[in-house]
Amino acid sequence: MTGITSFGAYIPFLRLSRRAIADGLKGEKALANFDEDSITMAVAAVIDCLRGVERESIDGVFFASTTSPYNEKQAATTIAMATDLRRDIITTDYANSLRAGTGALRSAADAVASGTAKQVMVTAADMRLGEPGSLSEQGLGDGAAAILMGKDNIIATLEGAYSVCQEIMDTWRINRSPYIRSWEARFTGTEGYQKTMMEAVTGVLNKTGLNPNDITKVVFSAPDPRESARLCGKLGFDPKSQLQDPLSNLIGNTGTAYAMMLLVAALEESKPGDSILLANYGNGADAFVFKVTEKIRDIAPRGGMKNYMASKQIIDDYRTYLYYRGILPGMESIYPMPYGTTSAPALFREMEKNLRFHGVKCNNCGTAQYPPQRICVKCRSKDKFQPVRFSDKKGKVFTFSMDNVSSMIDSPAVITVVDFDGGGRMECYMTDRVVKEVKIGMGVEMTFRRLFEREEIINYFWKAMPVRF
Amino acid sequence: MESIKDKVAIVGMGCTKFGELWDKGPEDLMVDSCYEAFEDAGVGPEDIQAAWFGSLVTGCTGSRLANAIKLDYIPITRVENFCCGGTDALRNACYGVASGSYDMVLAVGVEKLKDHLGGFGQFTTSPFDTSKVEVDLPPVNFFAQFATRYFYHYGISIEEGKKILAKIAVKNHHNGTMNSKAHLQREITEEQVLKSPIISWPLSLFDCCGLSDGGAAAILTTPEIARGLKKDYILVKGLGLANGAGQGLLDSDYGFTSMPENVKCAQMAYDQAGIKNPREEIDLAVVHDCFTIHELIIYEDLGFSPRGKARDDIEAGTFTLKGELPVNTDGGLKCFGHPLSASGLRMVYEVYKQLQGKAGPRQVKDPRIGLTHNLGGLPTYFNCAVGIFGMGAG
Repeated sequence: MTGITSFGAYIPFLRLSRRAIADGLKGEKALANFDEDSITMAVAAVIDCLRGVERESIDGVFFASTTSPYNEKQAATTIAMATDLRRDIITTDYANSLRAGTGALRSAADAVASGTAKQVMVTAADMRLGEPGSLSEQGLGDGAAAILMGKDNIIATLEGAYSVCQEIMDTWRINRSPYIRSWEARFTGTEGYQKTMMEAVTGVLNKTGLNPNDITKVVFSAPDPRESARLCGKLGFDPKSQLQDPLSNLIGNTGTAYAMMLLVAALEESKPGDSILLANYGNGADAFVFKVTEKIRDIAPRGGMKNYMASKQIIDDYRTYLYYRGILPGMESIYPMPYGTTSAPALFREMEKNLRFHGVKCNNCGTAQYPPQRICVKCRSKDKFQPVRFSDKKGKVFTFSMDNVSSMIDSPAVITVVDFDGGGRMECYMTDRVVKEVKIGMGVEMTFRRLFEREEIINYFWKAMPVRF
Repeated sequence: MESIKDKVAIVGMGCTKFGELWDKGPEDLMVDSCYEAFEDAGVGPEDIQAAWFGSLVTGCTGSRLANAIKLDYIPITRVENFCCGGTDALRNACYGVASGSYDMVLAVGVEKLKDHLGGFGQFTTSPFDTSKVEVDLPPVNFFAQFATRYFYHYGISIEEGKKILAKIAVKNHHNGTMNSKAHLQREITEEQVLKSPIISWPLSLFDCCGLSDGGAAAILTTPEIARGLKKDYILVKGLGLANGAGQGLLDSDYGFTSMPENVKCAQMAYDQAGIKNPREEIDLAVVHDCFTIHELIIYEDLGFSPRGKARDDIEAGTFTLKGELPVNTDGGLKCFGHPLSASGLRMVYEVYKQLQGKAGPRQVKDPRIGLTHNLGGLPTYFNCAVGIFGMGAG
């Protein structure tokens, strides 16, 4: 038996009010902060998915996105490091299609079913750009999801899957462009979305021998929420009672991550015995049927869609969005710090410290320390340490400053000295904060972010943020 | 371990005007500061047997100084110890004389900061972490963290705290008006300080010192040779240097209300100079007021005020020019300006002039013992240098 053993989601703290794009528009869309990208969002979703899961038990990471930060350089390895997984695992990036996530999901299910892996983490993240002023700009949102596929402790068994591919120019983005393009919706909706999704959904229903009224919830990704409602009608599902809310006015269409984020939302609301039909579109369609088991009741508390949706700060300023996405230039300080160049050997050598976020604990006096030391700061023992992961520790602000000069894009830059629960201290930036709420003693957790980019190398590291929920 | 006390004499000093010296190059600052010192001592470059050259951005090797002054194939060491560079050049020069290796040496500190965008520019050394994930921002941020915690620790509101700090800025600006070599020479009011824009909360523009170009130099020799050169030479009484190991960012016991580097370094110098009660025995101090909060912490770290009580002394005017223990009589870093490695020797210049009674309108009455203090580097990896100087032996 193969199925879902855990799930997680990530929605950025920031939401762009659509009113900021144009007066009269309704709702909001999830907006990645200036220091987030598809890798950092995937890391957050995977960490959410790993709650209650032994990290040693993960045999693979499949990462899906159309907005992976590098065209050449695997993202799944960075995600595996930042989430502190083993190294003898399969890591693969799935790309170039909104179906990359569900494609990865099928591969993961196949790997588990074939016995080559016991548990595979599938994560998808996207932050696609519509051209300023375009319709797609209004509809797109940023986010990530993670689904763990395995054979033990299944919370939703995979009953069947069915895929079709369809060559069509409906939505695309050429290598050199940051913006997606689409043909007119009259064509893409009818000839693309409706026909292809019909084919896949009918295919999986036939394969599993189920009828539309056997399905508790259908989860359809759609370029436009009207298309998925129309599809429901055509297939004999009731859009009101059976269709998963597409959350268009809360987070927007999150690309590769969209179908999986909606699946997480459906799983959160599900009860044992429910059947969930997931169908995802993009140059074809992938359809799956899952059956929820009793184990769903035992799942550890997590962020999921619910908590992440509730935790937010509204940005009402279109210009901020343009700066954050680099569409408007000019947010570099005249004093770009840190000085100097990025060093690939240094990043390589310090990977455990920077990505896995390992500090040490002294075997002699028990003092936790970050970054790792050769000589203990307390008892001066030499090389008597064991590694400690700090990424899942919470802490408290001991002191802080707020710099108005150094960072134009994140002004004021909040710099905190954090004391971790269980020992250890570090100085780091604070992100996703409400400036007037920052104070000594406030609770923080750690989040994986882009620190800066130089030599076309992105330097990822951990920042503190106020505990989100 | 022997004390340096009374083993080395300063017989000549020079100091350029500090400021945004757009028309002066690094060589000008070296020549002008060294030649003022030569003339003051009544010696020439040919009398110098070794030199120590402090510089962060205007460096590379000691040959930079040799080239400017045309020193003739003598040993010159470039000293880089961030804001302590000047004092550390002097310290090394002192040991060169005290060891008996040299009879007459030169200590110079020069920075041409304003040739670089933002002052520090690309010549600043990288932080400890080569992968550059550590917070690496201008120093104001780290001193702001001390301010945040100091106020919290002593139950002082940010508004009250900023008023206390404003008095330090006003005092140093007042002293700077009496100093023609100072970068900033104008009075300011507490209201101006409090209304100035926030640079790094809670610190504002007027809590920060000026970044400047400048150079300062000292000629050192043995007390025996000094006696033959002039009557009013001054003697080195104590020298301290202490480097932090980054404990504050590793160890949660570190409180962010004091710099242990200051405490340990001052104690070294006090022990050498035989000072038991610094507040009573020191007649003036020129200290590292890079940010007003640091001058406040220095009062406590150097034993001028009891812990947590600096506020009372500030409000009582203890450290003003006419107070019990005048601090930063020349305007301090706040107004004299801060060309990193030049600042330490600039401070010694002020103490030298004060002890000689040549400080003009800002002259302190009959000082016998003066102290200089620098602190530089990265937060809790600070380095601190303290010098104590006096007129006459004993």
